[in-house]
Amino acid sequence: MKFSDTFEVRFAEMVTHYPTKRSALVPTLLYAQDEVGCLSDEVIAELAQRLELTELEVRNVISYYSMLTTKPRGKYNVQVCTNISCLVRGGEEILHHCQKKLGIGHKGTTPDGIFSLEEVECIGGCSWAPAAQVNYDYHENLTAEKMDKVLEEYRRKEMQ
Amino acid sequence: MAYLVSHPDEVKIVSRRFGQGAANLDRYLELDGYKAVQKALAMEPDAIINEVKNSGLRGRGGAGFSAGMKWSFVPKQSAKPKYVLCNGDESEPGTCKDRLIFEHDPHSVIEGVTIAALAVGAQTGYIYIRGEYRYLSVIMQKALRDAYARGFLGKNIFGSGRNLDIYWHGGAGAYEVGEESALMESLEGKRGIPRIRPPFPAVVGLWGGPTVINNAETLASVPHIILGGAEWFARLGPPKNGGTRLFCLSGNLNMPGVYELPMGYNLKKMVYDVGGGIPNGRRLKAVVPGGSSTPCLTADEIDVNMDFDSVAKAGSMLGSGGVVVIDDAQCIVKFALRTMKFYQHESCGWCIPCREGTDWLKKTLLRFHAGGGLKKDIDNMQYLAENMLGRTFCPLGDAAAMPMIAFVKKFRKEFEDHLEGRPCPYEKEGAVEQLPVFAH
Repeated sequence: MKFSDTFEVRFAEMVTHYPTKRSALVPTLLYAQDEVGCLSDEVIAELAQRLELTELEVRNVISYYSMLTTKPRGKYNVQVCTNISCLVRGGEEILHHCQKKLGIGHKGTTPDGIFSLEEVECIGGCSWAPAAQVNYDYHENLTAEKMDKVLEEYRRKEMQ
Repeated sequence: MAYLVSHPDEVKIVSRRFGQGAANLDRYLELDGYKAVQKALAMEPDAIINEVKNSGLRGRGGAGFSAGMKWSFVPKQSAKPKYVLCNGDESEPGTCKDRLIFEHDPHSVIEGVTIAALAVGAQTGYIYIRGEYRYLSVIMQKALRDAYARGFLGKNIFGSGRNLDIYWHGGAGAYEVGEESALMESLEGKRGIPRIRPPFPAVVGLWGGPTVINNAETLASVPHIILGGAEWFARLGPPKNGGTRLFCLSGNLNMPGVYELPMGYNLKKMVYDVGGGIPNGRRLKAVVPGGSSTPCLTADEIDVNMDFDSVAKAGSMLGSGGVVVIDDAQCIVKFALRTMKFYQHESCGWCIPCREGTDWLKKTLLRFHAGGGLKKDIDNMQYLAENMLGRTFCPLGDAAAMPMIAFVKKFRKEFEDHLEGRPCPYEKEGAVEQLPVFAH
């Protein structure tokens, strides 16, 4: 299993930060997922071995955290918040708009593999609601038109 | 990235470096950065703790416990290493203040952790940032590298002979990890299942060592207290509620945003003046004063001062400072449903009252909002919520139950308006998620 050099440098440093190796697990899983696309069997086996854990222990942790996934997602994961602050400012409408536009539902992926859609819990964009994240990028004070532009931009990026 | 707002009533202390490029270390130093640490290095640990105690600084994460008191619980002698843990897992719906601190003033958090470590005798600190805030962890990692490069962290900090390491740590999406014992579990690389207390983290915490856990805003306030003095800080707010708070104004307002106001600022003024009032000619229905877990206040109840004790007297909590404003176009049943959906999603499932309670509340509300409600559901929901209170390891069960009880008690009529198969009176296109309507 090969990760990028950046990953390896970060990992090597991170394990020195704690008295137990497994402490590096949660952030390492997220960085591994960002590189590979999901936490595949191969990734799980590799990290379990590196952190001296059983694969079951790693899977046990993965299933707890909502950002971690063992199933591949689209290249751009559109995460629309519909929690209370977003709800009262039209967060649900943004979600429904994305569903229609992308033709997929919650946790679905477009056939071309470019987009995934997820209804998420509060992402900390409350004062700039409604808010969404595409991968790690924040998009705030959204309207349906603004969301269209955001999606178009990512699609254009993919075409280039 | 998140844009900033301002209002003449603001007292900018924690936010005074926002928008001034203070993530850059040189700029931070120009703005009095790291002066407090140097002052603290010359102080006795007990003097630091007393200063923070006397300042009236109370936990900004939600519980409002005296920060200095918390520090004083850490034993002087310990066979195991001591730790300071900064809680930046900000996930309470309605709360987005720590995000601004990490973005605009990351060194103030490092400085706060350093001072806490000096006070309790720790040599290691961790700054935990939620996984969604990736761009902030990048900013924080750079800030830490810069601080190490100048000798502000590491061996012999500021030439004092003291050693201190501070590391960044990241989450991966979990509200419950914001609870202090679950936070430690997560940092140790496990599921964020809360621990039973006692023993409290100050005695048995990370890897069994005494651990001080404070919210990012609490720690970012500490350098200002050390520099400005306890008395000055305490006088900013009413008795026992020192300082200012970053209030996250969100919801149906003309000017939502994060405003730093003195403790005890009037909520009505916050809504109508600071937040610019309700848009589109709508009227106020309710305000959730301190994040989704705090009981809502009706439009008639908001003439309350926003400090821990006054809000408690009004039957709610100051919580995390997330003020969510709800106008009269919103449906409270739907609002309650969304709140319960959140808690059901975030419950770790360890304690049965929380796991089953949140699930039943969500299911009942889903059916109720879709027009399949029974009259007895209303009392049942309240009864169910009341039976969750105080029966769980961590406060997540309470966090779900408290707002639910308030919704039913204060907006019973809205629940009744949904009865007898009537469609939601506030819904334009009818309920989205239809469930089979139960027979009476």
